[in-house]
Amino acid sequence: MNLTLKVWRQKNGNEPGRFDTYPVKNISSEMSFLEMIDVLNEEIIREGKDPIAFDHDCREGICGMCSMYINGRPHGPWEKNTVCQLHMRAYKDGDTIVIEPWRANAFPVIKDLMVDRSSFDRIIQAGGYVSVNTGSPVDANAIPVQKDMADAAFAAAACIGCGACVAACKNSSAMLFLSAKVTHLALLPQGHPERRSRALKMVAQMDKEGFGACTNTGACEAVCPKGISIENIARLNREYIMAGLVAE
Amino acid sequence: MLDSKIPSGSLEQKWAEYKGHAKLVNPANKRKLEVIVVGTGLAGASAAASLGELGYQVKAYCFQDSPRRAHSIAAQGGINAAKNYQNDGDSVFRLFYDTIKGGDYRARESNVHRLAEVSVNIIDQCVAQGVPFARDYGGMLNNRSFGGTQVKRTFYAAGQTGQQLLIGAYQALERQVALGNVKMYTRHEMLDLVIVDGKAKGIICRNLITGELEKHAGHAVLLCTGGYGNVFYLSTNAMGSNATAAWKAHKKGAFFGNPCFTQIHPTCIPVSGDHQSKLTLMSESLRNDGRIWVPKQKGDKRKANDIPEEERDYYLERRYPAFGNLVPRDVASRAAKERCDAGYGVGTTGQAVYLDFKYNLINKYGRAEANKQGIDHPDTETLIRLGKEVVKEEYGNLFDMYEKITGENPYEVPMRIYPAVHYTMGGLWVDYELMTNVKGLYCLGEANFSDHGANRLGASALMQGLADGYFVIPYTIGNYLADDIATKPLPTDHPAFVETEKAVADRIHTLMNIKGTQTVESFHKRLGKIMWEKCGMARNEQGLKEAITEIRQLKKEFWSDLKIPGAINEMNPELDKAGRVADFFELGELMCIDALNRRESCGGHFREESQTEEGEAKRDDANFAYVAAWEFKGEGNWELHKEELNFEIAKPTQRSYK
Repeated sequence: MNLTLKVWRQKNGNEPGRFDTYPVKNISSEMSFLEMIDVLNEEIIREGKDPIAFDHDCREGICGMCSMYINGRPHGPWEKNTVCQLHMRAYKDGDTIVIEPWRANAFPVIKDLMVDRSSFDRIIQAGGYVSVNTGSPVDANAIPVQKDMADAAFAAAACIGCGACVAACKNSSAMLFLSAKVTHLALLPQGHPERRSRALKMVAQMDKEGFGACTNTGACEAVCPKGISIENIARLNREYIMAGLVAE
Repeated sequence: MLDSKIPSGSLEQKWAEYKGHAKLVNPANKRKLEVIVVGTGLAGASAAASLGELGYQVKAYCFQDSPRRAHSIAAQGGINAAKNYQNDGDSVFRLFYDTIKGGDYRARESNVHRLAEVSVNIIDQCVAQGVPFARDYGGMLNNRSFGGTQVKRTFYAAGQTGQQLLIGAYQALERQVALGNVKMYTRHEMLDLVIVDGKAKGIICRNLITGELEKHAGHAVLLCTGGYGNVFYLSTNAMGSNATAAWKAHKKGAFFGNPCFTQIHPTCIPVSGDHQSKLTLMSESLRNDGRIWVPKQKGDKRKANDIPEEERDYYLERRYPAFGNLVPRDVASRAAKERCDAGYGVGTTGQAVYLDFKYNLINKYGRAEANKQGIDHPDTETLIRLGKEVVKEEYGNLFDMYEKITGENPYEVPMRIYPAVHYTMGGLWVDYELMTNVKGLYCLGEANFSDHGANRLGASALMQGLADGYFVIPYTIGNYLADDIATKPLPTDHPAFVETEKAVADRIHTLMNIKGTQTVESFHKRLGKIMWEKCGMARNEQGLKEAITEIRQLKKEFWSDLKIPGAINEMNPELDKAGRVADFFELGELMCIDALNRRESCGGHFREESQTEEGEAKRDDANFAYVAAWEFKGEGNWELHKEELNFEIAKPTQRSYK
């Protein structure tokens, strides 16, 4: 199939960006979306021009590196999907595809479609862990964990930290990302001792990074490649309020 | 010359003995010592976090935008540990023995025994961090089986075990970053090692955003940079996975161990066309419940579901009744290739076999659920419906992934799979302390050669990465650094730093100034094709010799006709890639040389000249029971050193899974 791509090009964070138009020809429906970009980049390089910069690594939907806003939707049209797993059978001959980077103040553009998501790492640094050193903790089976709790913790821990939730949110809020971590650790007995301080510290860091507030619109949940539920945000709010009540 | 520093004493006592006598560094002195950790996968993140906790000043580096992206994240099926929670006869000895045997008797006994010993601590540690492993209804941890074993010792989190373990290690690492014990450098790539008086003293790296070169000093350097499967272009590795850090260390004197030992994983989604950029694994854990088959009739073009039971050849169950579908990876891969080469392959290319879940979906899970729910005489449809729910919980993400890539629903039709490059057992040679032959230079995880011999068992990579980082290096590094407590870090204006940085800059300059016509990607594809065809699942003398000549020619072409756009002092992913591919050429050549030298078959290394009558790998213990450790002697020139392998406990026998 033949397609028209409109791609956001921006040399670096200090210069203004623009859309460039590229026709792409003879695209097989079996290609992945990123393989289609690979083909285009090869052509751009042969012409002696600067290829499109984009983040990608595992190409199997788990590392969370890929991040493209395609026709107004993070990661493209498929449900619960990352760009790297989007395949070209989602499109038909003659389609025009608009590709942009994640847009959020807390995710400044580095180049073209590549953004800086180190703010997510700093949110984790604020408390997204269990403070246990390497050593000899108790036997793994010493503390039984109710199966449904373990399953729910796992569902929240499946977050890949891609930032699609932020890109989709009209306020660029990181609440879904943050709440997934708070939920993961709050549901497990190992995470209990720090659950209150964790919620407070992580939210404070999120605010500091310039992410917006949550208005329960649910766009984050709709685009999350791992199906992280908005219920996590409700749990985070409970954790946060409880922490506020007992704080000195 | 090669001293593997194996402690004396009985196999079971060696590690305890070592820990009891290794030198220690007191807390005040640890704060004066800087440790460089390159790579933040399971080995690197766990090492950086643990060393930070101990009080060392750690600097950690990754080329990705966050340590959480490292390719350990993609590991699916699980992590082994000798917990014996299932009461099925597992023990440290069994795990040790299975690993040695699975590796076809080409690993070092002492290292493997230590690995089996600390495996149990890993699970405790991960659970304490909040890793949400699968549990049963009583709240206890669940296990599944993997290839090459007859017990259930694999801990898992659906098909995302690597992700959960890496997030655990990443969180521990970020905690140390917050505490100021670890300084994290993301989007940085190590491009050379700085050595002074035979000791590793620092690294040169490139800031991938600005393109600037940076000099970083440390008292010790840990390479935790993963494997080199991307030499083959198509592999299950991430696009950025590369061998550059390890290769630069090799060219600076570190020996490379068993480079030809490559693991071809039997269950991957087959190649669909020339555009393909990578291959996707379908976890080995699927072989717990999936049965592998091809039609009994050559060139049978019927749809899988139209081929009746009696016309299917479950060739693994037929050939290996004791282990069935759970034979080790090398055995399963070769068996698939054999069937496809003989004309029984399926799919449009004929290069695929079926992995079918229907039988267990109905008979194992469907029936169990029906029993639980008190449904008497359930019909097939009910069984399928009930079974599906369980399968979804166990492997849901893998089934979804398969459907996204192929457009087929694996709950309805069998998966089509074919072997693909997945893991490299070879790597930098290390001694018992995980130190390379260069003092102060350590190598952990997949990047070293140490524990898996000629074939790694499933769910053992995660175990080794975390064992090295959490429980080995924190003990062994002190034994070296204890003598360095009075040494100041090397100033970065030291001639060694300046000269090494200049050499790196010169090479980048040379690459950028070739100004030819062909892209990095096109060269990488051609290299991969040579490697896959002549140094892949089956190798022979003639093919390997041809491969070496072809690689040398292609390398020449690369250095005279490469085209890289952009400039040096800016973000330039094509330049990054060019440096990595340039190293793959040299490593690919060494892999072929090593494969040519090893005139025996063992594990994943199958020399067609050395096979049993039944077509199984035939070892030659009299001549090849050694680790081939290659020393770089200049362009296209290596000297072989041998570390003889002594098997005191696990006596080598012909591996049998029948």
